[in-house]
Amino acid sequence: MEEKKLTDEIGQLQKISWIKVCTTDSIPENEGGCVKIKDKQIAIFNFTKTGEWFATDNQCPHKMQMILSRGMLGDQAGEPKVACPYHKKTFSLHTGECLSGEEYSIQTYPVKVEKNEVFIGMTV
Amino acid sequence: MKQKIVVAGNGMVGYKFCEKLIAKNELAKYELVVFGEEPRPAYDRVHLSAYFEGKTAEDLTMAPLEWYTKNNIQLILSDPVSQIDPVRKTVTSMKGVVVSYDKLIMATGSAAFVPPIPGSEKDGVFVYRTIEDLDLILEYSKKAKKGAVIGGGLLGLEAAKAVADLGLETHVIEFAPRLMPRQLDEAGAVVLKDKIEELGITVHLSKSTASIDGEHAIRSLTFTDGIELDIDMLVISAGIKPRDEVAVKAGLEVGKRGGIVVNDYMQTSHPDIYAIGECALYKEMIYGLVAPGYEMAEVAVAHIVGTERIFAPYDMSTKLKLLGVDVASYGDCYGTTPQSKTIVFEDKVKGIYKRMNISEDGKTLYGGILVGEAENYNMLLQTFKNGIVLPPNPEDLMLGSRGGSESSGHGLSMLPDDALICSCEGVSKGDICGAVRDKDINDLAGMKACNKAGTGCGGCVPMVKDLINDTMKSMGKVIKTVLCEHFSYSRQELYDLVRIQEIKTFDQALDQLGKGCGCEVCKPAIASILASTWNEMILKHAPLQDTNDKFLANIQKGGTYSVVPRIPGGEITPDKLIVIGSVAKKYNLYTKITGGQRIDMFGAHVHELPDIWEELIDAGFESGHAYGKALRTVKSCVGSTWCRFGLHDSVGFAIRIEERYRGLRAPHKLKSAVSGCVRECAEAQSKDFGIIATEKGWNLFVCGNGGSKPQHALLFASDIDEKTCIQYIDRFLMFYMKTAEPLSRTATWLNKMEGGINYLKEVIIQDSLGICDQLEKEMQFMVDTYACEWAEVVRNPELRKRFKHFINSDEADPTVAFKTEREQKFPVDWK
Ligand code: SRM
Ligand SMILES: Cc1cc2nc3c(=O)[nH]c(=O)nc-3n(C[C@H](O)[C@H](O)[C@H](O)COP(=O)(O)OP(=O)(O)OC[C@H]3O[C@@H](n4cnc5c(N)ncnc54)[C@H](O)[C@@H]3O)c2cc1C
Ligand code: SF4
Ligand code: FES
Repeated sequence: MEEKKLTDEIGQLQKISWIKVCTTDSIPENEGGCVKIKDKQIAIFNFTKTGEWFATDNQCPHKMQMILSRGMLGDQAGEPKVACPYHKKTFSLHTGECLSGEEYSIQTYPVKVEKNEVFIGMTV
Repeated sequence: MKQKIVVAGNGMVGYKFCEKLIAKNELAKYELVVFGEEPRPAYDRVHLSAYFEGKTAEDLTMAPLEWYTKNNIQLILSDPVSQIDPVRKTVTSMKGVVVSYDKLIMATGSAAFVPPIPGSEKDGVFVYRTIEDLDLILEYSKKAKKGAVIGGGLLGLEAAKAVADLGLETHVIEFAPRLMPRQLDEAGAVVLKDKIEELGITVHLSKSTASIDGEHAIRSLTFTDGIELDIDMLVISAGIKPRDEVAVKAGLEVGKRGGIVVNDYMQTSHPDIYAIGECALYKEMIYGLVAPGYEMAEVAVAHIVGTERIFAPYDMSTKLKLLGVDVASYGDCYGTTPQSKTIVFEDKVKGIYKRMNISEDGKTLYGGILVGEAENYNMLLQTFKNGIVLPPNPEDLMLGSRGGSESSGHGLSMLPDDALICSCEGVSKGDICGAVRDKDINDLAGMKACNKAGTGCGGCVPMVKDLINDTMKSMGKVIKTVLCEHFSYSRQELYDLVRIQEIKTFDQALDQLGKGCGCEVCKPAIASILASTWNEMILKHAPLQDTNDKFLANIQKGGTYSVVPRIPGGEITPDKLIVIGSVAKKYNLYTKITGGQRIDMFGAHVHELPDIWEELIDAGFESGHAYGKALRTVKSCVGSTWCRFGLHDSVGFAIRIEERYRGLRAPHKLKSAVSGCVRECAEAQSKDFGIIATEKGWNLFVCGNGGSKPQHALLFASDIDEKTCIQYIDRFLMFYMKTAEPLSRTATWLNKMEGGINYLKEVIIQDSLGICDQLEKEMQFMVDTYACEWAEVVRNPELRKRFKHFINSDEADPTVAFKTEREQKFPVDWK
């Protein structure tokens, strides 16, 4: 409960609006799914191993492929990450930074789960 | 006020200057503006030829545009500096941009030197220096048949390899009486020439070109001796010419034969202007290599930020792979030091030549040459550079310790701590060992990130690896091949543990054997072990699978998938052919006959896959596992049923083999083939296991593959009957599945096996380990539990749900786009 309040507060501060995107059971454990929000494709990850949810751009900046939701989850020294299926570039799910030494990065978005519903925060 | 630094030239050295300045962490004091003449940011020119081998311009890029932005460097591309005003301290670009500077760095590199031969302006005449040059050559080569390269030096031979790789008949023309006159002696050059000619390249020595002939485009060359050579493409690679034209106009001092004169600090005749890299002339010398260029960048940076460092004459030792032949020379390679003695080793059969020049008392190494085999180059170079006393039999150092004889005890441990190991990045032995000891670095990747060792030309990589391992050993650390940061076991250990502890899921494996959350290395590896052990439906472990196994199809450019039904042995009925045709037509799929004797349909959206497979399965097809590290195809030739030479029914046998091992998950993919006689039309000897009919039965070959490192399979057993053949294959495959590292094909596995093929025969044929019964039982379990995974998906509505692009919409991915060519659809190119 405490935690939820905090995310809400942060949301308020950054003028984030929370968009309901799916239910928790629509994304299998330790996998990702892609949602469409207007014309944007967002990848959502059900990181069951640590009980966290993450959201990032679905597009991989390497070859501009709409694919990251089909990537493999994992961690590098404790940092949760996703590996692009095409050429295995990996990105931090916290910061979006590329962990395989490339200069590009992906956008990440805040996620909150209430009851069994998943919301992602986007600035409007 | 920030000091303004302008860099003219964004090549390898100009880029390195920026990188080194940033590393000093004083960027707050400087503002950097870089002008580049080429349309793209600096790229790795040293590995330019890799562009022809499939590397993209992007792969070769030193740092992407974002790097410049991130570091506040203003990078202006496609706009060379055309004028310098050293009095007002401004530069003007070709497009008219005027920028003032406090310090100006000339890093304009050099251009290919084109000798004044009449006709060099004709179509089809190229130089070999930039990506654009390569693009032009690539385009032109499509209509050319015979190519020549003028210049038999280092760059000329690089260019010759490219011309040969493009499929042209290739000639190399050298003015001097031998190849690589600057690095090799007569005998070494002869060995190199023989090796190159073995590749089908013709070498013309002592030839100078009088004219390039043809109307608009080149048709032939005429040499000064009157002889003509018909060719339709020419690459001139006869040396380099420093790009000093702008410096000359600005009144800077240049050398007689070109090059901007610099002092020990890289300053030109104008103290605020520096020159570095291939445009700089230091003590009458242009350094045409990247390592000295990087050192010049370091010296210039040091001088600007006010630390002391001077450039010292640089050692021009090099080791290269030219046309697949190792060539190295170091130090005084000709033995011109007074009173030196020479040791020469030559093996004309293998094409190896080695020479070392040593002092009269046999204690000091002055220099030498290696052609055909240069494994010991690093050690020799270090011995020479550090003046290490030679062992009693100095030739051991050059030849390596040969069979039986004790090693000369002359190893890395002899090197002093300040021995420079990576000369591109200036990393010493002490730096490397120190990083292992104090910073807990224990692999190459970590070392590269820590101090950049091995990131330049890559020549020192073997030595860096040895140093890491030696240091770890000396610290009492065990070096073992571990899977990744999450599992400190090798694949073989994990395989045994999974079986013994009856581990059925990844989470169980992680809890009992590993730590953390897993990653893209251990997840598929464990999934493969689980599949090779329990043979359960692969989608049960979907989160562990590479995307191909996750969607039971290969992902392709643009995000669509391919569909490959199994066509055992390549045999197919007309009815089934019609089904493939009509399914492909219905779903608008691109079709192609594969190299594996079956038909691939490309361009299916993820949501269409279950529908497509449903239709195929109804018609009697099953998954071809083209997406899995699993059995792919068993190719066959038509064999005795039709062929007048066929000894047995190779198609029938191929089908039985393919049906026995279909779906089998292994450390890497498996391929097989059956030929009906020694003419070998099915190419069985290039497969993981291949079978060839003999008068008396079958010959079984194992551990071959095509791919990037082709290797022929080795004869394993002769004249055996079908039953024995299958028995051996059962044991062989199971043994491989148990003991190979992840993603290693059978050939790689065998290459690393102590005792090699003889040991393998002992285990599989003589049952020396007493495990053959077990292996056979385990394989029979796999055969008995096989099920087509696509058939399961098609029947299971829960599994079908996975095949969707969006979870909140039924739409297909709207960003997928196609184009039409040759009457079929294709994905649009990568952006
Ligand atoms: C379709 C096909 C090319 C074609 O148009 O003919 C093909 C296509 C692919 N090959 Fe291949 N290979 C195809 C025959 C071959 C052959 C020839 C053969 O099997 O006779 C070889 C060399 C023989 C060998 O493997 O020993 C071959 C050596 C490779 C390799 C290198 C393997 C190696 O050990 O070095 C890879 C990369 C890998 O597997 O890691 C590869 C990987 C691939 C992948 C899966 C790459 C990828 O992940 O997207 C390609 C996608 C196929 C798709 O979307 O369906 N393909 N590939 C051929 C399919 C055969 C089939 O019916 O299943
Ligand atoms: C095919 C090939 C293979 C090679 N192999 C090796 C090898 O194995 N080992 C090795 O050590 N070296 C090798 N070299 C040499 C190595 O590439 C060069 O030593 C190195 O690139 C020099 O770097 P540089 O920055 O001085 O020059 P360059 O890399 O040539 O860069 C200079 C840049 O400045 C630009 N420029 C020129 N004039 C201006 C201007 N007025 N304003 C703005 N920009 C300008 C040029 O267009 C160019 O982009 C090889 C070279 C080639 C071509
Ligand atoms: S089909 Fe095979 S050889 Fe051809 S591009 Fe793909 S992986 Fe390379
Ligand atoms: S497209 Fe993502 S890694 Fe290449």
